[in-house]
Amino acid sequence: MSSASLPATVQGGRPRRAWRNRFFTVAMLFCMFVAFGTLIVLLVDTFVTGWPALSSQLLTGLPSTVPAEAGARPAILATLYLGLLVLLFSVPIGVLTAIYLEEYANRERWWNRMIEVNIQNLAAVPAIVYGILGLAFIVRGIGVGRVVLAGGLILTLVVLPTVVVASREAIRSVPDSIRQGAFALGATKWQVVWRQVLPASIPGIATGSILALSRAVGETAPLIMVGAITYVAFNPTLMGPYTALPVQIYNWTKQPDADFQTLAAAGAIVLLVIVLSMNAVAIFLRNRYRRQW
Amino acid sequence: MTAADVTVARSTTALPRKRIRWGEQVVHLVLFIAAAISVLTTVGIVVSLVLPALDFFREVSPVDFFTGTTWAPLFLDAKFGVLPLVVGTLVISFWSALVAFPLGIGVAIYLSEYAAPRATAFLKPILEILAAIPTVVLGYFALTFVTPFLRDQLNVQVEIFNALSASLVLGIMLIPTVATLSEDAMAAVPRDLRDGGYALGADKLQVSTKIVVPAAVSGIIAAFVLAFSRAVGETMIVLIAAGQLAQITFDPRETIETITAFIGATGNGDVPTGSIEYKTIFAVGLTLFVMTLIMNLISIRLVRKYREVYE
Amino acid sequence: MEAPRIDSGRIAEVSHGLDRAEVESREKVFSVSDLSVAYSGNVALEGVALEVHKNTVTAFIGPSGCGKSTFIRCFNRMNDLIPGAKVSGTVLYHGEDLYARDVDSVEIRRRIGMVFQKPNPFPKSIYDNIAFGPRVLGMKGSLDERVEQSLRRAVLWDEVKDRLKDGALGLSGGQQQRLCIARALAVEPDVILMDEPASALDPISTTRIEDLMHELKRDYTIIIVTHNMQQAARVADMTAFFSVLVDDDGAGRRGILVEYDSTTKIFTTPSDKRTEDYVTGRFG
Repeated sequence: MSSASLPATVQGGRPRRAWRNRFFTVAMLFCMFVAFGTLIVLLVDTFVTGWPALSSQLLTGLPSTVPAEAGARPAILATLYLGLLVLLFSVPIGVLTAIYLEEYANRERWWNRMIEVNIQNLAAVPAIVYGILGLAFIVRGIGVGRVVLAGGLILTLVVLPTVVVASREAIRSVPDSIRQGAFALGATKWQVVWRQVLPASIPGIATGSILALSRAVGETAPLIMVGAITYVAFNPTLMGPYTALPVQIYNWTKQPDADFQTLAAAGAIVLLVIVLSMNAVAIFLRNRYRRQW
Repeated sequence: MTAADVTVARSTTALPRKRIRWGEQVVHLVLFIAAAISVLTTVGIVVSLVLPALDFFREVSPVDFFTGTTWAPLFLDAKFGVLPLVVGTLVISFWSALVAFPLGIGVAIYLSEYAAPRATAFLKPILEILAAIPTVVLGYFALTFVTPFLRDQLNVQVEIFNALSASLVLGIMLIPTVATLSEDAMAAVPRDLRDGGYALGADKLQVSTKIVVPAAVSGIIAAFVLAFSRAVGETMIVLIAAGQLAQITFDPRETIETITAFIGATGNGDVPTGSIEYKTIFAVGLTLFVMTLIMNLISIRLVRKYREVYE
Repeated sequence: MEAPRIDSGRIAEVSHGLDRAEVESREKVFSVSDLSVAYSGNVALEGVALEVHKNTVTAFIGPSGCGKSTFIRCFNRMNDLIPGAKVSGTVLYHGEDLYARDVDSVEIRRRIGMVFQKPNPFPKSIYDNIAFGPRVLGMKGSLDERVEQSLRRAVLWDEVKDRLKDGALGLSGGQQQRLCIARALAVEPDVILMDEPASALDPISTTRIEDLMHELKRDYTIIIVTHNMQQAARVADMTAFFSVLVDDDGAGRRGILVEYDSTTKIFTTPSDKRTEDYVTGRFG
């Protein structure tokens, strides 16, 4: 079929279309390139800069004013403790809240609608505002002080909305026919939730929790406000002063000495390893347990 | 063994009467308490911001605060004009939006309309990784890589601490936010609309830009608003890379201070409780909270609007 | 006896179900009077009255939207689970008011079991599916025995006895439905409600389910909803025909009971013209 038989408009439009398409495709690929390219540059730069300082001294030693001897053990330990606290608090509270909103709350009632809207708003509050909350109440108000427990509590509040949202989605995706079948056998509401709905939503809840945890571990702003001190040369305890890895990195970055910059990069590598491996686990869980109903 | 052989013992006598299932009541109560914690959090945030802020405004007039152009709370002759901080915040947010919005939409359109499923399955997790980078690491990157890069490789005369580096990195950090929300909005556009376009002889570019994007526009705007709100609330990147010089300037090459950087730096330091400097944290924090709250409410409204249209 | 007005050959073999006198001689299990159901103010079903007797199969037939499913859910108070649902009128179960204020609606469902249109096995093992009911209800006795008995009664035992620990979702549609029936049997009900139990199944599985109904009715009282008239003709002793009443202004649609009688009568000499129109396929 020769092109001469096609209407002139179609013929005439083609080259211009082709140019436009080409330009647009290039533009889109440029967007992808910038986004992913920056990621790669960041990872490579951090890795290359920090590699020299990455040693067992860094991981197991105590901080020091001499860069060559500085270690981040207290910071790493504190970060792990904080992570544990966040897991311990945010998952039960978050899942229970999600169960309440999805299975128990009567949507007609205004207080239940308010709880829902409230959680959506909390998800968008900047992390530093949670830091202010912590400063006012926990540290100076009630006076628990600048301790690990306070940091854990505040980080829990920061990620709680994320856990609630993820859990709600997981619960919502359980088909209603399962609930109907369980009710029809004479099960009570809690029996249906505990024995059918929750077990079926565990993969989704686990994924959401791990992602929330990885975010909590990387958060710096609230901890700056709530407690992490500059120089901690001892292992952290629950009710004792501490510094966390992100804060340690920040402190090192602030120092003008180039060796501290290297240390900061090394600390960043450790933090990235922790955070990204958590993300990898979450993504793996999500793919492995994707349920076909 | 047939059904008839089995003796079935069933009670066909009196109807079971209602009994209070204590377990169920306790469960319901516990669940409600868990849900109430989120409400308490909000109450706590509001109280912790408003009360000290009111205290602050007893000493500093709100007019001076909201219209003053000098921010020097720690000086002997203290000035409490918050505008430099607000301008600093908005300058950062503006430039990062300039980066995040177009790039984010580009990524979204590509993932939604062009990419093969296998490519999408590979690219989306990478986008998630980008979103998962801790902001302190991004701040470090902005200060130690981007600023020197701008100065030495691109010959842009930026200060060591400048708004531009921070904005660029912040913008990149927000690309996943813009991209995933926009992509959701585009995915919600029914196939029929696209098919209608193709049937009329439109090509992919025309269908994507003239049919899908307009149909998803309220979701896309919601994404923009949310990303902007995140830019406004971001602390570490600006704290590390943008500086702590509160001045009103629209030149991104200069040093500035954002609301969040001020709060972070002051909260970190040894500011005595109850002093006027201490109270500035709360007054400024309240300003930030209100700004992000308004933006978030707008975003929620928009998301509801696009969900309604298609569901 | 009146000569059959309808050529019963056209509807396929009407089962040799019990005649009306035989049915009514048995103990009354349910007695429904003036029952209406409304969802958030919209009346779905109005003014239904009928009686269900022990160890019989009763079928509800009628066009879609006439409230048959709504009605069957009244028997085990599943409508309670729908927010905005309001049931008025009386349902007596063995002479007692099922909807009395102090009746435990959760316990009721143990005695009045239900099988759904689309088989809904739990995402657990076959064993755990059957065991779920007895476990949550705290039933005593050997769980293994109970599981085996229920699977035998549902004529599924031989097919799954070697793979009780396998996931229930791996069974075929027909097997899954028999599993759901076994699951309902495991809690020793008195009545089994079936809402279009075979509509999602192939013809062979359907026949098996129907044969099962014949077996089960010796020990249980069965009520089924079906849109398949031939099925009702094959399995039911008594049949109730429902239809839709459209309001004068055309806005509201309400379900009503048109005729309730022995299956043979409904399909050969129905009293109401609407019934005759439906069973001969003139509408619906």
